Amino acid sequence: MNRDEKFIFTSGAKKKLFITLGIGVLLLAIGIFMLANQSAHHGEGHSHGSKETAHAVTADSSSEENAQTGHEQGAHANTIQEEGHADSAVSHSSNDTAGLHATGEQASMNSDSDTAVSHMTAHEEVSASKEATVNSSETHHTEHAGPAQGPAEQEVTGHEKAEHAGGGHHEVHWTTRLIKDLWLNNVFFAGIALIGVFFIAFNYVAWAGWSAGIKRIPEAFGAYLPIAAVLTIGLLLLFNHDLFHWTHHHLYEEFLADGKTKNPEYDTLLVGKHAYLNFPFFIIRTIVYFAIWISLWLTLRKFSKQEDITGDEKFHHKSVVWSAVFLVTFGVTESMAAWDWLMSTDPHFFSTMYGWYVFASWFVSGLALITLFVVILKENGYLSFINENHLHDLGKFNFAFSVFWTYVWFEQFLLIYYANIPEEVGYFVQRLKTDAYTPIFFLVLIVNFFFPFLALMTRNAKRQGVILKVVCTGIILGHWMDFYMMITPPILGQAGGLDLTFLFVEVGMTMIFASIFLFTILTALSKVGLVAKNHPMLGESEHHSVF
Amino acid sequence: MEKGNNFLVGIYDDEDVLLEAVGKVKKSGVKIHECYTPFPVHGLDDAMGYHYSNLPIAGFLFGMTGTICALTMMIGMMGFDWPMDIGGRPYIPLPDFIPITFELTVLLCALGMTGTFFVVSDLKPWGTPRMFDPRSVDHKFVMAIDLAANKQDAASITSILKNSGATEVNKKSFE
Repeated sequence: MNRDEKFIFTSGAKKKLFITLGIGVLLLAIGIFMLANQSAHHGEGHSHGSKETAHAVTADSSSEENAQTGHEQGAHANTIQEEGHADSAVSHSSNDTAGLHATGEQASMNSDSDTAVSHMTAHEEVSASKEATVNSSETHHTEHAGPAQGPAEQEVTGHEKAEHAGGGHHEVHWTTRLIKDLWLNNVFFAGIALIGVFFIAFNYVAWAGWSAGIKRIPEAFGAYLPIAAVLTIGLLLLFNHDLFHWTHHHLYEEFLADGKTKNPEYDTLLVGKHAYLNFPFFIIRTIVYFAIWISLWLTLRKFSKQEDITGDEKFHHKSVVWSAVFLVTFGVTESMAAWDWLMSTDPHFFSTMYGWYVFASWFVSGLALITLFVVILKENGYLSFINENHLHDLGKFNFAFSVFWTYVWFEQFLLIYYANIPEEVGYFVQRLKTDAYTPIFFLVLIVNFFFPFLALMTRNAKRQGVILKVVCTGIILGHWMDFYMMITPPILGQAGGLDLTFLFVEVGMTMIFASIFLFTILTALSKVGLVAKNHPMLGESEHHSVF
Repeated sequence: MEKGNNFLVGIYDDEDVLLEAVGKVKKSGVKIHECYTPFPVHGLDDAMGYHYSNLPIAGFLFGMTGTICALTMMIGMMGFDWPMDIGGRPYIPLPDFIPITFELTVLLCALGMTGTFFVVSDLKPWGTPRMFDPRSVDHKFVMAIDLAANKQDAASITSILKNSGATEVNKKSFE
């Protein structure tokens, strides 16, 4: 074992990252061009009357057309405000009656209507204020209710969401999609960087020996946290209205400017949540999360470096203590970050499993990336002491936490499916009963559960670098898609399905983020020794063997 | 001489001595029946030449039995025998069945594997377990050699064991 091994960030590797970055920028530029063209095309459609727009709602169902529908409807809500509100009331109730069980299940038609009724009554409290404002535009109301019974139900749902996301005041502009992608990648990579710190922390606390030799890899992940902090806070300050519906002030005013008319946008639920979901507190929380994470990462990093120089074991003991501190704060801050950054994109929805669910997704992606780093570094001649026993442990981690993700994911799904409460079930109606998202919904499940579960089930598969490389790449892509599924529907409505522009906009943006992320952590990795040479458990790591 | 009845038992004081002894004894052409240690010794599997265990296969088969039992039971009861309308769900709602399917799979898999393990390792309730040396559950490391499986006579095997570091070599016979 070469204890003084150093990772050299070669110019060849840098070049590859720059090429990735370049391709990403190019793809994104093409994507933006395509999006801008599409939206220019839409501009012509805006001059048509509201009837034609309504027609467009019933007409098409292909995912690409869905994008346009959502778009036009958003604009429509903007131009003809009063009718927009009436629509919103209708689509609310149609959305809820759709439920998860109502459609396509002949066997239980009898009680179907019961469920529907109870749902509507349950919802009446919520949208009472909205219903109250439906006045002069009653005719338009019925006009829309007609198609809502038919196959166009989903589009109407989409319309509601599109309007919802735009707050009824702004249309879903094509730039929203870019902002959404920035946010998606920012959250995804910030989470992976955080998981790097989490990994070394729980290994310290558990006194794990096997991972001592590879500890510098997850440690380097933390170097991305400061960049993530700047990006997150910047994006929140600049684009909070695009990302978070609840940031709009008009939702919290019960009466309009004249002081008598009820504000149709007034949202009792959000008013109730205002003590927590208000922008100043929100931004303070985000700053606190990053302050805690970055300072604890710096502490652990500092001890690790000093241990390299002095070889004093006291740094190990200090690391154990500070790791324990990190784990406790991580448990709280990670859950809260998940609520803030992801769950509040759909502010009416809440799930107590959400923090765990996001943690599981981040953790598997982080583990998969650590595994990829180990395998690829070994292929390039580094870390000669790493053998199949270490790979076996990493493989077990990937396998176990893929199953853990599925467990948490399914627990959230099953309870919501079972209870069928409108506020909760909307989350899955939006993703499971729509043309745009249903394919991705099942794709995510296949890539994140069935693929790693079957591919890593046997002992031999976990001990082979090639299989691990394929599976881990799949896991990272799959969990990126999982985050895509969390963020896109509430922000873009039905316009977020997989289409041609996805290959340019989303893929390009992700390549840009990935290359910056990799560049940061490889630089951090090259600054200190690749092996923590005075780690007291290095010997155990070297002679590690598993049954 | 009948196989599996007459053994030579080498007693070792230390797991590292045992690990090296396994290699030495195998090298001299003696076939080892089994080693018994008070705790798992890393590397003993490799030294003994064990690479696979068939226990996972048994586990898989028992698990599949559980899956099939659970699904058959629930689909039979809820879908055919006594269909009930619960909140407008279909009569056979697969998502609702998953927890019970999972539980039964895990239960049968675990019980089946434990049972298989007991039977294979002579701990079945209707048999008497073979104890080569009672001290192997406490502080001694034991290597058993089946005399019938080896061509060498007992005296030469005894000397091989002694040379490999065994503190004592005993004879052990089962009826």
